[in-house]
Amino acid sequence: MPKRTDIKKIMLIGSGPIVIGQGCEFDYSGVQACKVLRREGYEVVLVNSNPATIMTDPEMADRTYIEPLSVDILHEIIRRERPDALLPTLGGQTALNLAMELNERGILDRYQVELIGAKAESIQRAEDRHLFKEAMLKIGLDLPRSGSAHSMSEATAIAHTIGSWPLIIRPGFTLGGTGGGIAHNEEEFETIVNRGLDASLNNEVLIEESLLGWKEFEMEVMRDKKGNAVIVCSIENLDPMGVHTGDSITVAPIQSLDDRAYQAMRDDSLKVMEAIGVETGGSNVQWAIEPKTGRRIIIEMNPRVSRSSALASKATGFPIAKIAALLAVGYTLDELRNDITQTTPSCFEPALDYVVVKVPRFTFEKFPKADSTLGTQMKSVGEAMAIGTNFKQAMQKALRSLETGFGGFGACAKCEKFKEYDDETLAKEVARPSAERIFVLHEAFRRGWSIEKLYELTKIDRYFLRHLEELACFEDEITAAGSLENLAKDKALFRQAKELGYSDIQIGYLFHKNPEEVMAVRKQIGLVPSYYSVDTCAGEFEAITPYYYSCWAENSEPVREIPGHGHKKRIMVLGGGPNRIGQGIEFDYCCCHAAFTLRREGYEVIMVNSNPETVSTDYDTSDKLYFEPLTLEDVMGIYEREKCAGVIVQFGGQTPLNLAMRLKKAGANVVGTSPEDIDLAEDRDFFKQLVDKVGIKQAESGIAHNVEEALAIVEKIGYPVLVRPSFVLGGRGMVIVYKEKYLRKFVEEAAAIGEGKPILIDRFLEDATELDVDCISDGKHTVVGAIMEHVEPAGIHSGDSASVIPPMTLSQEIQDKVRAYAKEFAKELHVCGLMNMQLAVKDGELYMIEVNPRASRTVPFVSKSIGVPLASYASRCMLGETLEQIGFTEEVHVPYVSVKEAVFPFVKFPGVDITLSPEMKSTGEVMSIDRDRGLAYLKSQLASGNKVPSQGNIFVSLKDEDKQKAVPLIKRLVDMGYQIYATRGTSTMLYNEGIKTRAVFRISRGRPNLLDLIHDKEVQWIVNTTETGAEAMVDEIQMRSKAVVSGIPITTTIAALTSTVEGLMDKHDFGRFEVCSLQEYHRHVKK
Amino acid sequence: MNEKFQWKAKRERKAFIALADGAVFHGYAFGEKKDTVGEAVFNTGMAGYKQILTDPSYAGQFVVFTTAEVGAYATNFEKSESRQIFLNGIVVNSLDWVSKELNEESLHDYMLAQKKAGIAGVDTRALTLHLRTHGAQKAYLHVEDTEMTEAEAIAKAKAWEGLDGQDYASKVSDPNGYEFNDEGKYHIVALDFGIKTNILRNLAAQDMRITVMPIGTSYEKIMEQKPDGVFLSNGPADPNSLPQVYNMVKQLLGKIPLMGICLGNQLLGLALGAKVSKLKFGHHGCNHPVKNLLTGAVEITSQNHNYAIDETSLPADVEVTHINLNDNTVEGIRCKNVPAFSVQYHPESAPGPNDSMYLFEEFKKMIEAFKGGKNA
Repeated sequence: MPKRTDIKKIMLIGSGPIVIGQGCEFDYSGVQACKVLRREGYEVVLVNSNPATIMTDPEMADRTYIEPLSVDILHEIIRRERPDALLPTLGGQTALNLAMELNERGILDRYQVELIGAKAESIQRAEDRHLFKEAMLKIGLDLPRSGSAHSMSEATAIAHTIGSWPLIIRPGFTLGGTGGGIAHNEEEFETIVNRGLDASLNNEVLIEESLLGWKEFEMEVMRDKKGNAVIVCSIENLDPMGVHTGDSITVAPIQSLDDRAYQAMRDDSLKVMEAIGVETGGSNVQWAIEPKTGRRIIIEMNPRVSRSSALASKATGFPIAKIAALLAVGYTLDELRNDITQTTPSCFEPALDYVVVKVPRFTFEKFPKADSTLGTQMKSVGEAMAIGTNFKQAMQKALRSLETGFGGFGACAKCEKFKEYDDETLAKEVARPSAERIFVLHEAFRRGWSIEKLYELTKIDRYFLRHLEELACFEDEITAAGSLENLAKDKALFRQAKELGYSDIQIGYLFHKNPEEVMAVRKQIGLVPSYYSVDTCAGEFEAITPYYYSCWAENSEPVREIPGHGHKKRIMVLGGGPNRIGQGIEFDYCCCHAAFTLRREGYEVIMVNSNPETVSTDYDTSDKLYFEPLTLEDVMGIYEREKCAGVIVQFGGQTPLNLAMRLKKAGANVVGTSPEDIDLAEDRDFFKQLVDKVGIKQAESGIAHNVEEALAIVEKIGYPVLVRPSFVLGGRGMVIVYKEKYLRKFVEEAAAIGEGKPILIDRFLEDATELDVDCISDGKHTVVGAIMEHVEPAGIHSGDSASVIPPMTLSQEIQDKVRAYAKEFAKELHVCGLMNMQLAVKDGELYMIEVNPRASRTVPFVSKSIGVPLASYASRCMLGETLEQIGFTEEVHVPYVSVKEAVFPFVKFPGVDITLSPEMKSTGEVMSIDRDRGLAYLKSQLASGNKVPSQGNIFVSLKDEDKQKAVPLIKRLVDMGYQIYATRGTSTMLYNEGIKTRAVFRISRGRPNLLDLIHDKEVQWIVNTTETGAEAMVDEIQMRSKAVVSGIPITTTIAALTSTVEGLMDKHDFGRFEVCSLQEYHRHVKK
Repeated sequence: MNEKFQWKAKRERKAFIALADGAVFHGYAFGEKKDTVGEAVFNTGMAGYKQILTDPSYAGQFVVFTTAEVGAYATNFEKSESRQIFLNGIVVNSLDWVSKELNEESLHDYMLAQKKAGIAGVDTRALTLHLRTHGAQKAYLHVEDTEMTEAEAIAKAKAWEGLDGQDYASKVSDPNGYEFNDEGKYHIVALDFGIKTNILRNLAAQDMRITVMPIGTSYEKIMEQKPDGVFLSNGPADPNSLPQVYNMVKQLLGKIPLMGICLGNQLLGLALGAKVSKLKFGHHGCNHPVKNLLTGAVEITSQNHNYAIDETSLPADVEVTHINLNDNTVEGIRCKNVPAFSVQYHPESAPGPNDSMYLFEEFKKMIEAFKGGKNA
């Protein structure tokens, strides 16, 4: 059946800001959908609040709304755009929930918008636990055995029927799920059931069999409206049930199931699709299998494109989102071609002749107080994927792709710490799922622990344990060579080590050599990687699309000469690797722009990246895609094979920058700003000279290598100071210190993080306004993209601050000075490409904080605000064009206000303090635009999930310095009808100013206190400003964490309060938010 | 440790498979260390090696597994598709082993017990791409510890007669015949050219009692059984080498409902006067999309064949019911005027997807209709 012609305009909802559990995989899926739907002639209206995405680029859709993802806003957009259809299955759970709400509120009906891709009933059947259970039982699937009891005897009867330990006990109707637990035997069972019955308000406990330790599997299914269905990819979790699949190491295809078990699961997955009623598109079905009996239970299904779909697409070469979009508009699977082979249809199941391993990336170091044990709540912020010709190779590649300092599975300095564990600790840490458990396993195997012992401790399938054991043992086989020279003489052994996935880093570690030395020796004996393609069909048909991975096979596929590319120069773009806090989708945005632009400009673009969630690893973003770790060895292998003319390092964040110098030394041509100049910008002495030369002030500073030096510096410059390690991104380890006690502690910590690199100490500028500037230079001329003013004062990481274009409070004079400095610094640093400056203004005086000659996190925000593709222009500059040739010679001034606000993962880490600091903690960002600044800010709060109520009660607790500034703001809030609660100190002060408040106790002093107010839903908004530097009171941490978990908006700086109040007053005047597309805004830009 | 993991043998790569066209691929030996000749074909399935090993249709062949890891689970808990391994050897990339502690039998042990040779650590993707480009090949597998030059092995591969024109079905057909499923509403005679047991299981599931008879059974012998239907099984090698069989099938046409699978499909085609020719490298895998032209639905199918019916040679009273969407070759035919149909792929799966099980039910319906018609 051909595509539908009765619909013309399709609305797509994105997934909003990057948060834990919803990463940039939905940018990838949205981009695929936008591209293909427009190619098919549909008009696409896109809504997403996340500016860092490629999908929100104005060229991607016909109309792009960077607006908050709320039902009211979507209602406005639907009213304005009148789309024929809404495709809700490509924007994660966010889009699906919004679509359901739009449907329930009758908005879709009213405007006659058809849900395509998934019908409301199907979504409901998949999402509603009760309906889902019913549907699954109907088709004969097994679910966890369970029952509810009102007495001990009923409970015991249920336990007997279930017939296995452990059991999960959940009391009905308790507050916050207290009183439940896992019982491993009868004794524990009695205790927990009794406790649960007590805690339950209706004297009821739910008893369910535990699936902990069961094997976990996923199947990615595609179905079309004719009922044709295929399994695109099967995935096996290395970590058994109990660890969220997003936090598990996963492997594709399924390894440990025989054909019968596999096919039975396949049959049932197809049945699930039918029973839920998924008409078209991709779904993810999750299964658990009891390892001894083989009993299989359905866990859940997602009737939409998911994180696993992105992984499955990259793992197989089957573009799930793209095909899902085409199926939604009426095509069937047999009508669509397979992109990779271009001759066979999409109606097939990819056959893999390699193994894919995905490893999650965590950032517990950012949240030291968070529980680092993995469980059913997802905690990872990113992932790396690797492809190899065997499991061991793929596993080791994936681990080194993580960029967490491990060169692979063991054989690295960072694994030394596990040697210090005594056996008891080791057993405990092996059994406890954590970010580093895989390396703890390595130590256990090194101690000769048996597979059976480790199976008992971990329930990780023996299949995986066998491979890991072999790897742990093979280290001795390598070291038995005695030296690197000897290893080079035994080429067969060297090759075998590489086949098993050992990196040059690991081999170097074993022989006390650096990776460069290993690489040199290796190349001398002609041991270089081979490359094979991901072709969807295990070699059965010729692959046209060049998508590669490296391996150490006897043979190699030749370098592909793309027809018509004979004369083209090859340029390599290095991606950013796995997402982490501080290095996320913004950099992928820049890499993609470089790829798009350079292809247009006549280069052959070669993309290298290890992050499966990204648009950059979509095979049609570049001419050739290499899915590889971003280490020197892996990158140089490709560079040399493809005989690249140059490599671009300034777009992928810190990952490629850290490689720049080494790449150059290894013979690569780094285009754009030179690695030396990039390094120079980090060199304090040089930078100081530069600052003096340009004539701008800088906070007094010094460099320390230890505590004594640090104390001496502070003696000279005085407290408070800003302490940070050099060469890190995202303010890792960065703190403001007011007292010596803390200085000692933090300097030690910073020294550990920086791994021997110097520690920078600056005098901290209190209450200064911070600025961010992004500019672009062709080597001669520099044009400012935008000056951004932060809402939060200096001292809060720029990635965590809200920022505003154009600046709110800066005088023309200051702004002109900033522009002049930008030009000076770009010139002095020989910048060719992008540059970012951070400055502070205190008492009308400008201070330089830092200059980074590379793409910054704010590039996409600025580009979307001013309507100029900065990353695209920068890549053209890097390859020799001038800004004049490009036609970008003047800064753009916009007649509207853009606000960027950060989004935080605190809700996932109960008990962690949410106050902002110099260390970046946000995972994502949102953008909002409005002609009115207050409304733009208010929208940004709505978009970031901090929805300020338009009426209700506000709890206010302020630090002393803020109290006076807050008075007029609170007066206005009272005028608008809000009620104020405050602790005694604040309450008294406000009373003296004539503001009536209700007083509450401090948490530790008595009740009712704030916790009670939150609990009773008495408070709808919290304003809480705190001292920077001092360790927060336990009270306050508890309060803020509780507020976040309860979903109560919280404002933590006086600056943010000011902007919010301004917004609320404007909203009060306007009545409602107005929406407008990016394309319309850009039409108003004077260029 | 080295003993346990055999690293030294693995990296020495002394074993090899030499193709008749001169290409040689190295690895290490496992299973029985006995040199053999055979035809190299690749299979793109990702699981189900025990079913592949015991599928008699692979008689005379070396199966190259394209999937990266082979042998991840035990062989002793999986069902066989016939009484033994008929293929000549297997070629794998990464060979796994299983838990002795749990009494699991590894692929190596199974091959050893069945006296079959294997080679592992082979660059199977290169070998597969070679076979894709140059077609299925006569090959020599050198796994013995004796010294042999590559040239000698290539010469032996070339000298081998190969599978074309050879009757391998007679070698794998069980000469004694047997009964499968004592009870059943319908009685079927299944002609064994190398029948897979899962076909019998699926026929039995349709309330059929099956008498399995060896290749060479005459028309009269079959009809003596008074069957309700006749099933033509899968099997190895060249259908063109079996004129007695397809001439006998010609006699059955119209007399009794017929269903055929794989070689059975080719024989039905030949009986109907169509041509059957060899494909370049055949279809071997579990992911082939087949379109049912009668319903428009697509099935993901299990495939294992080197020959196919030439569509243009089919007479007018035969319709093509299924085609392969990858290369548009004929995957199923049906006679318009007599009760007979067959498919080229494997609806019984084992290994592979179960999308096409409905065909066994169709056979039952055809039998019922035929009986009804006869009675009426």
